[in-house]
Amino acid sequence: MSAFDVGAALPRQKIDILPALTPVIVALVAAPLIGSFSTFLTLTAAGIAMGMMIFTMASGLTLVFGMMDVLNFGHGAFIALGAYVATLVFLPLASWSSADSVALNLAVFVLAVIAAALVCGAFGWVFERLIVKPVYGQHLRQILATIGGAIIAEQLLYALFGPDQIPLGLPKTLEGSFVFGQAAVEKYRVLATVVGLAVFAGEMLVLNRTKIGLLIRAGVENREMVEALGYRIDRLFVGVFMAGSALAGLGGAMMALYRGQAHATIGGEFLVLCFIVIIIGGLGSVGGSFVASILVALIANYAGFLAPKLALVSNILAMVVVLLWRPRGLYPVSGR
Amino acid sequence: MSAGLTLAGVHTHIGRYHILQGVDFDAPAGRTTMLLGRNGAGKTTALRTIMGLWRASKGRIALGETPLQSLAASDVARLGVGYAPETMAVFSDLSVKENLVLGAREGPLDDARLKWIFGFFPALRKFWLSRAGALSGGQKQMLSIARAIVEPRELLLIDEPTKGLSPAIVGSLIDCLKEIKATGVTILLVEQNFRVAVEVGDEVRVMDNGRIAHRGAMRDLAADQALQNRLLGLSLDSHQ
Repeated sequence: MSAFDVGAALPRQKIDILPALTPVIVALVAAPLIGSFSTFLTLTAAGIAMGMMIFTMASGLTLVFGMMDVLNFGHGAFIALGAYVATLVFLPLASWSSADSVALNLAVFVLAVIAAALVCGAFGWVFERLIVKPVYGQHLRQILATIGGAIIAEQLLYALFGPDQIPLGLPKTLEGSFVFGQAAVEKYRVLATVVGLAVFAGEMLVLNRTKIGLLIRAGVENREMVEALGYRIDRLFVGVFMAGSALAGLGGAMMALYRGQAHATIGGEFLVLCFIVIIIGGLGSVGGSFVASILVALIANYAGFLAPKLALVSNILAMVVVLLWRPRGLYPVSGR
Repeated sequence: MSAGLTLAGVHTHIGRYHILQGVDFDAPAGRTTMLLGRNGAGKTTALRTIMGLWRASKGRIALGETPLQSLAASDVARLGVGYAPETMAVFSDLSVKENLVLGAREGPLDDARLKWIFGFFPALRKFWLSRAGALSGGQKQMLSIARAIVEPRELLLIDEPTKGLSPAIVGSLIDCLKEIKATGVTILLVEQNFRVAVEVGDEVRVMDNGRIAHRGAMRDLAADQALQNRLLGLSLDSHQ
């Protein structure tokens, strides 16, 4: 039995820090080109806030894609649904939103995002059972079925809420900006950053400190073996799909508040960005999606300021460059 | 006493291929049964079909009196069937500890059982918190088997545990398998290495073209070179 001991010690586990530093590198490169520090600070803060909202929407998609091998083109429907649920909470509670009370202002915000997450999680269950379950393992049919599901969902939203944009005002406390010298950072962007960081911390805590998280990480790598160990992977799939839908709804609500309006097209608009982020991050990698979200948002902001025409293709260019450098994304998951 | 395994007229189709074509054999309770055969004979398919990873299109599979053929893999595992696949299938991004935590479905890791496992797989203690993906091939095999036995099982299905391992490690693995065997668990072991089969096996079933071509005691096959040549195209001498 000693033969198992004779092997050399394991190579020290390399901490791959470089991909995590890419947003910092991009910021350092952009800073001298932008010139003004206050402009740079404003653009960077806005980029980070946008990145956090994109991450909230995309992290559910990466788990669904990574673990269930499901190409869910219906993810955008949950982003749009989340946006509308937020309006349903905000409109009747308009007096709370406009009150001179920080507690009431924050309460309406918290209620809106929680309601968006819960409703989208519940609809995620219906979507998985009706549309995704029959096409597990069949990528082409998944694309067709989930796009079809997304179209139906979008049309239902039009039928229920009408074709026009629904205005959505921020609670009074969240209006305006924090001013640092010449730089102004919107209060809502700070809140969006805090919420995004909380979502990231929560996901990492669940994935790394709980048995459910272990199962999800193992399932991303080898679903069949998880099942052969006695775990009902289909139940785990449903749970992950519901959580992914809930996160999409939460992100959709946050984004609608940021834009000041809800509309069904918000889903399709951000779905493409979500796919870009999860590909750059590495399919199935929550940490990779986190870095990729910030990277994509910062590049879009800097490009929008420095070369507005380039901003139209900055996301695609970022993806091409990252994939040329790391073909499986910034933080690839084993077995994917 | 653990339960015995019975297969009766089992057929398995994978796509348009008819792999198992009426497999009949038993693995007696508390004994180690070797499943031998040439490449492509259907050994791995038999194990995966028993485990529920591929569905039998016809026939009966039973653990004791409990039918398995219509159960999902998770339900088969819940009946006390441990599985160490040919690919090892350790979770590379998880640590050694996390791999074993997942193996212990019924609850937290049992310290006494872990100590028993570390007795014959000391490398797992040494690399307890290391990423499983960084282990050597032999160590991954240890982890795969340890994960299958981290809780007491009724039946162990082990697929080619010595594949690709150096002779020194194979010798150690034989000792490990004997330790596990001594606990009285029923073992069905697919193996290409005839020396391992002879050292570990009590019973032998030989597969050929998706059917069972021979059933008997391992020692009888080991003693009959003509039979070895006929069934397996080899002789024990050539492996020594």
